[in-house]
Amino acid sequence: MGGRVVTTTDSKLTRKDFTSDREVRWCPGCGDYAILATVQTLLPELGARPESTVFVSGIGCSSRFPYYMGTYGFHSIHGRAPALATGLAITRPDLDVWVVTGDGDGLSIGGNHLIHALRRNMDINILLFNNEIYGLTKGQYSPTSPLGSVKKSTPMGSIDRPLNPVSLALGAEATFVARSIDTDRKHLSEVLRAAYEHRGASFVEIYQNCNVFNDGAFAALKDPDQRDHNQIRLVDGEPITFGPNGEHAIVARGDGTMKVKPTEEAGDRVVIHDPTKDEPTTAFALARLSHNPVGPTPIGVFRAVDRPVYDELLREQLAAAREQQGEGDLAALLGSGNVWDVVS
Amino acid sequence: MSSTVSDDARERTMVQLSSAVVRFAGDSGDGMQLAGDQFTNQTAVAGNDLATLPDFPAEIRAPAGTLAGVSSFQLHFSDQDIHTPGDAPDVLIAMNPAALMKHLAALRSGGTVILNTDAFTKRNLQKAGYETDPREDGTLTDYQVHEVGLTSLTLRALEEHIERGELNKKEAERSKNMLALGLVSWMFSRPIQETVAWLESKFSARPELADANITALRAGWNYGETTEAFVFHYEVKEAKLPPGRYRNITGNQALSYGLVAASVRSGLPLFYGSYPITPASDILHELSALKRFGISTFQAEDEIAAVGSVIGAAFGGALGVTASSGPGIALKAEAMGLAVMTELPMIVVNVQRGGPSTGLPTKTEQSDLFQALYGRNGEAPLPVVAAGSPADCFDAAIEAARIALTYRTPVVLLSDGYLANSAEPWRLPVIEELPDLASVFRFADEQDITDGEFLPYLRDPETLARPWAVPGTPGLEHRVGGIEKEDGTGHISYEPENHHRMTMLRHERMARIADALPPTDVDDPSGEADVLVVGWGSTLGPIRAATRDLRARGRNVARTHIRHLNPLPKDLDDILRSYRRVILPENNVGQLATLLRARTLVDIQSYNRVSGQPFSAGELARTIETLGWGDAS
Repeated sequence: MGGRVVTTTDSKLTRKDFTSDREVRWCPGCGDYAILATVQTLLPELGARPESTVFVSGIGCSSRFPYYMGTYGFHSIHGRAPALATGLAITRPDLDVWVVTGDGDGLSIGGNHLIHALRRNMDINILLFNNEIYGLTKGQYSPTSPLGSVKKSTPMGSIDRPLNPVSLALGAEATFVARSIDTDRKHLSEVLRAAYEHRGASFVEIYQNCNVFNDGAFAALKDPDQRDHNQIRLVDGEPITFGPNGEHAIVARGDGTMKVKPTEEAGDRVVIHDPTKDEPTTAFALARLSHNPVGPTPIGVFRAVDRPVYDELLREQLAAAREQQGEGDLAALLGSGNVWDVVS
Repeated sequence: MSSTVSDDARERTMVQLSSAVVRFAGDSGDGMQLAGDQFTNQTAVAGNDLATLPDFPAEIRAPAGTLAGVSSFQLHFSDQDIHTPGDAPDVLIAMNPAALMKHLAALRSGGTVILNTDAFTKRNLQKAGYETDPREDGTLTDYQVHEVGLTSLTLRALEEHIERGELNKKEAERSKNMLALGLVSWMFSRPIQETVAWLESKFSARPELADANITALRAGWNYGETTEAFVFHYEVKEAKLPPGRYRNITGNQALSYGLVAASVRSGLPLFYGSYPITPASDILHELSALKRFGISTFQAEDEIAAVGSVIGAAFGGALGVTASSGPGIALKAEAMGLAVMTELPMIVVNVQRGGPSTGLPTKTEQSDLFQALYGRNGEAPLPVVAAGSPADCFDAAIEAARIALTYRTPVVLLSDGYLANSAEPWRLPVIEELPDLASVFRFADEQDITDGEFLPYLRDPETLARPWAVPGTPGLEHRVGGIEKEDGTGHISYEPENHHRMTMLRHERMARIADALPPTDVDDPSGEADVLVVGWGSTLGPIRAATRDLRARGRNVARTHIRHLNPLPKDLDDILRSYRRVILPENNVGQLATLLRARTLVDIQSYNRVSGQPFSAGELARTIETLGWGDAS
C-alpha cells in the first residue's frame, strides 16, 4: 500500500476533530445523541486519529452514526456491517475499525455476520445499540423486545422469545463482551476504552432509549430512584454486589447458574468477578441474571480474554508462505506444471 | 477419425489420424476424471491441440453401478487447431454397464468400445437397466468391441504387490483406471512418462501406491502391445500451433491466474472473499494456495458476507474479488447494488450453472446473463464481461479488472461450468505485455482537496470515475453508503433533480466505457458473407467449429463474438444491420437475442438449447445452415 500518507504528528486532537459537518438528524431526545457525544469525546483521549478510524454501519437509526463522525465511514446495507468491516480489517491492519449496529440490524437480518465476526475474533469493535424496537421503520417489535410486546406488528402481543445479546455474544465465544447504558457517560467511556484496547473482536451492548417508540424501556437502570437498586456493576476482581448500600450479592448455585442473595447471608459465597476466565460459562451465567432489564441487571465487562486474532493469523500465513516459498513470481506461476514448446 | 494407414514394424497397422475423440466413462469412484486428466497431459506433450469436457454427477458418490453415478471425461485432440471437445467419440472406454448404457448412443457408428467385462455382472446389468447382456444381444453390432477384463488384469498385474502385503485386493482394484489409461495410451501412441512422473510425485509419501499404479499403467500399455485383439493403433501428429511455450489450463485455473496477474500488474493486493459453491469453488482453492503473492482469501459465512467483505476491502484500497454461481449471485444482489452506489472497483465472478434455483450444479448454462445485467433493485448498471474459452478466462479476468479500476465500478465476469472444468492448451503470455493496470487509477491524496474541501463524488471528466480515497489518508475523511449521493459532495441527498442526474451519470459511465472499447472483430475470410453468427461466452468453440465446417462446404458465413455484454460495443448495431441474416445460438432461451433485437430492431434468429451440455459443433452447423439458407445441404 505504498504512497499513502499517514500523519504522525502528536498534535492534540479534540472532539471537534471527530465531528463531521453534517447536521445530526436523530429524533430530539434520542439516546443516540449521548452515545455519539461520548464516542466523539473519547476517541481523541484514546489517541485515535480521524484518518485512521473507520465507522461501518448497517441500516437503522443507529446506523446513521458514521455520518456524524469526522472519520472515514461506510453506511452499508441492512445487517452487513460486520462483513464489510471484516474485509477492511483483513486488508488494513493499520486502521481502527468500528461497527455500529442495532438490535434489528445486528441480531435479526445480520445475526449470521455478527456471530461469525465474533467467533473468528476479527479485530473490530462492535457497538450494538439495543433499544428493543424498530425505530426507523416506525415501531415494530424487534428481536430483543420482551415477550408479549404490543407494537405495530404485534397488536395482540409478540409471541417470540427475545434474544439476550450478551448471551448470544458469549455463546459465539466472543473474546470481549460488555454492556453499558447510553446516558451513563462515565461508565460507557470506561467500557468503550476497554473495548478499544482489546485485541480482537469486542462486543458492546449499549442500552439505548428510543423516546418515540419505546420510551422508558431501561427505566429500571436509568431512573435515579431505581437504578441503584438494579444496576449490577461488574468490576474486575471485585465481589459482585449491588444495591444502594451493597446489600445484595450474586452467588453461584450448585448447577452453575447464579442468583441474588442478601450480602450478609452470602458471606464468602459472593462471586468475585473475573472476566479473564477462558471458559465463558461464568460470564454466561451472569448474562442470564436478566433478560429485558426490568430488574437487577449486570453492566460492565462480562468477558475479556486473549485469543489469536483472525486477521493477524491470516497475515502471518501470508508472511509464512513468502518465507517458505519466496515472493510470488507470476511468470513462474503461469509456467508451472507440464509445459511444452512449439517452435516455428 | 479420418485416416491414412501404414504398416507397423510389429505387424500392426499404424493409422495416421487427423483428430480423435476419446471418452472415458465409469462409476464416480472409478477415477475417470483422473485418467482423463492424465491422458490430456500426455496428449499435450505429444503436441496436439486439444479440448476437454469433464462431466460428473453433483453427488459425490452416487450409488455404485447406477446411471446416476456415471462420471465421464471426453478429450478431443487433433493435428489442427480445434475449438470443441468433439461431438461423437471415436473411442469409448466403459468401465461398467451403466457407463455403456449412458454413453453408447453418443459413440459414432463404427467407433471403438473398450468394455471392462469384469464389471458386466448380472447385478450391474440390472442396475444399469439392461434386461439382456448388451455384449450378446446385438446392441454392439455397429461397433468395434474389445472386451477386456480390466479389473482381473489389474489384479493379476499387482499379484506380487498383494502377496507382499503392500495393498489388499480392494486397493489393488482401484488401479484399474491406470490400466485402462495405459491401454488407451498405447492405442494412440501417447508417451506415458509424464503420467509415471505424476504418479511418483502424487504418491511420494506412499511409494508402494505409486509403484502399484505405475505397474498397472505399464500393464495396460503392454496388453495393447502384445494382444492381437488390437489390430490398429493410431497416431495424431503435432498440431501447428503458433510458436511459444504452452501448458494446459482449465477455465477456473485461468481465471484465478488472471486475477493474480491483475493484482501483480496493478500493484494492488488481491482480496478474495467467497463462499463454497459448485462450479466456482476451484477459484477459492487455487487462490488460497497462492498466499506468496500476498493474496488474502476469506471463506465467508455466506454469499452475502463474501461480497460484503469484498466491498470493505475495496473501500480500503485492495483489488476485491468474489466468485459464485447463479444462486449465490442472487444472494449478493443487494450488496452489488451498494457497490454500484458507492462506485468502488471490484469483480464479481459468476461461473454459471444450470438453473433455476439449485438447478444443475455440475452442468453448464448461459442463463444468468439477464441476472448479471438486471438482477438488482433500482437503475443499477454495471459492466459485464464474458470469457469465451478456458484459456480466455485469463484475459477476461484482466479486462474485468481494467474496467473496474479505470471506472471505479463493480464488474461482473461471466464464466460457466463448461469453461470452468474444461482444459485447452494455452500459450503463456509475456508478463510485460499484459495490460499495465497500475496506470489506470491512482489513490486520491491531498491534491484532491480544493478550497479545504474534499469532494468524494467529483468525477474524472473523461471516465466519470470518482476519487478512490482510502482510509488512512489525512484530510480525505468522508462517508459513503447506499443512500443516494449528492453530486460532487457525496452527502445524502433526497433532492429530485439530483437523483435524476445521478441515475443518468451512472448510465453515462457505462457509455464512457463503450467509447474506449476497440472495434468489434468480425471473422469473415471470404469477405462476402451475408449470414452472421453472433455469440458470447462459452459458445465460442462450437461456433468456431461450426462456421469452419460450413465454410469448408462452401457457405460464406461470418462470425463475431461479444466479450462486453455491458456496455455493448458501439459498432455492433451497424454490424448486425449489415447482414441478410443474423443467427445467435445461446445456452439459454434467447437472452442476448432479446437484448439485441430490442436494441437494433434486427430480426435475429435465436437458436437455443438448455440441456446442461455445450452445443455440439455438428448440431450447430446444421442449425446455422437451416436458419441461414433455409435448407441443409
